[in-house]
Amino acid sequence: MSTTSASRYAITKDAAGKERAGDRLKARVFQALLFFSLALGIITLAVLLIQVLMEGWPRLNMDLLTNFPSRRPANAGAQSAIFGTLWLMGIVIATSLPLGFGAAIYLEEYADPKRWYNRLIELNIQNLAAVPSIVYGILGLAFLARGPFGLGRTLLAGGLTLTLLVLPIVIIAGREAIRAVPNSIRQASFALGATKWQTVSRQVLPAAIPGMATGAILGLSRAIGETAPLILLGALTFVTFNPDGLTSQFTALPIQIFNWISRPQAEFKVLAAAAIVVLLVVLLAMNSVAIWLRNRYYNRPW
Amino acid sequence: MQVAQSKAIPREPTRPLGVARPRWGERAIVAVLFLCGLLSVATTIAIVLSLLQPVLDFFAEVSPGEFFGSRDWAPLFNPPSFGVLPLLVGTLVTTFWALVICIPFGLGAAIYLSEYASDRVRRRVKPILEVLAGIPTVVYGFFALTFVSPLLQDVWFFSDRKPDLFNALAAGLVMGVMILPTVASLSEDAMSAVPQGLRAGAFALGSTKLQVSTRVVVPAAISGIVASFVLAISRGVGETMIVLIAAGNNPNFTFDPTQPVQTMTAFIGATGIGDVPQGSIGYKTIFAVGATLFAITLFINVVAIRLVRRFREVYE
Repeated sequence: MSTTSASRYAITKDAAGKERAGDRLKARVFQALLFFSLALGIITLAVLLIQVLMEGWPRLNMDLLTNFPSRRPANAGAQSAIFGTLWLMGIVIATSLPLGFGAAIYLEEYADPKRWYNRLIELNIQNLAAVPSIVYGILGLAFLARGPFGLGRTLLAGGLTLTLLVLPIVIIAGREAIRAVPNSIRQASFALGATKWQTVSRQVLPAAIPGMATGAILGLSRAIGETAPLILLGALTFVTFNPDGLTSQFTALPIQIFNWISRPQAEFKVLAAAAIVVLLVVLLAMNSVAIWLRNRYYNRPW
Repeated sequence: MQVAQSKAIPREPTRPLGVARPRWGERAIVAVLFLCGLLSVATTIAIVLSLLQPVLDFFAEVSPGEFFGSRDWAPLFNPPSFGVLPLLVGTLVTTFWALVICIPFGLGAAIYLSEYASDRVRRRVKPILEVLAGIPTVVYGFFALTFVSPLLQDVWFFSDRKPDLFNALAAGLVMGVMILPTVASLSEDAMSAVPQGLRAGAFALGSTKLQVSTRVVVPAAISGIVASFVLAISRGVGETMIVLIAAGNNPNFTFDPTQPVQTMTAFIGATGIGDVPQGSIGYKTIFAVGATLFAITLFINVVAIRLVRRFREVYE
């Protein structure tokens, strides 16, 4: 970059052409501090991963995946929690993707941003994205588990609560993906006589799919790790059976981890660490796919 | 639509020219998509409604003066006491220590990524920050309790009394690391939006890179940067799992970060674990504290959204 060489020149010489050691030192210290700021996050991530892996190592075996929760730490496993998380994922995928992408298509392709109701929707989504997750738990408790819907403490109530939680993420990511499709593609489609929906469904959406998939994965990985709202929904932490339907009681992996963390015995901490490793492996795999998708389609020629 | 019109002209002169055949299918699709968008408004309304009735019930039993004035929070004791101040102070203390980490280091990381890092470094580092942002908070809670808190006890030299195993400091610091990627990425977005011409102009006047970064780029991006700070406050106030696991769940009116405290979120979580009977006072306190939390974060979010909008108007 041209700016780099210009700045280097400015640091080393002043007007008289003399070296200004003080300035150079200041610049060095400043840059070192900036670098340390960046490194802090990365170091913490590394320490966290190593610590969890070391702590959980003794229990990282098939028993963890195949056994059910137990009061005796030696026999305890997380099978019902893993199946509960899989069911929750199914519900979140089936509901949040059509709803979220529908809203994203509406806002990007159809909505007139000057109308007050469209502005209201947009402001709402921005705000909902920053509402604490525990408030969604309260919503799920009062509206879905009890109250008008009365679903009880079931998988469906949990899954729908998580759907509401990740919807803003999916909508925002979907909008960005749709916005990145160049307008010339739309105009070409219109010029060939396509209707608006034909243009959107056959030209814009296929072109936006990698970006939307990235957004979907990000939303989903948020849902997998979310604990607080499910606690309020009373996701039972001692469930020794796999869920068998939408109205089944359930537990989920992060809930099971929280349950093990909050027990006094040290053996349960080991179990918690081992389950965290399982959770992180799943999340890191999903993250890698999202990053790969984005890098692969980021600079494609349209 | 013009498309339908041109097709219709030669064969069907029955319809006046210039009026397109109504496309009901297309309209139905728009309506369905609009409903998807409307769901977000419905969610907000549902949140407000679900909070409203229990809160009214709560304040029928407890006076607002006691709720916002008393320094004792013991809703399940006999006699009960309903002063929300200890929970507010707990939230304040943990959020403060989170900000101590995430604001300076988040901003530093953003300046480095935006002004100093090469493209290659940026491409490698940003995904790592995303991973850091994507770690579930229950994992951060475990990390705070089993690593950071014992570490603090080991290296503590500020006073004779070592921190409790459950303390506000460990929870706050780890929360800061959790929020750091948010601050870094939003601030970096704001700095990247600063026109290259401003930097070039400052360099042409003989500024060093340090001067350009701190006196040109940061001031130009300040509203976006402040918005990221405000959003960080909102994240800190709303964070539940880290404080529930590591901060001690002790409604303690203290600003001392080495003591166990309870935040608003942690109270809601801790009370919600058991099966709270609907209509009981414990059930209502969840909603009273939840409404307070929602009102505070709503206020903070609106401030942040406004700031972001102001910053967008300048450079787009």
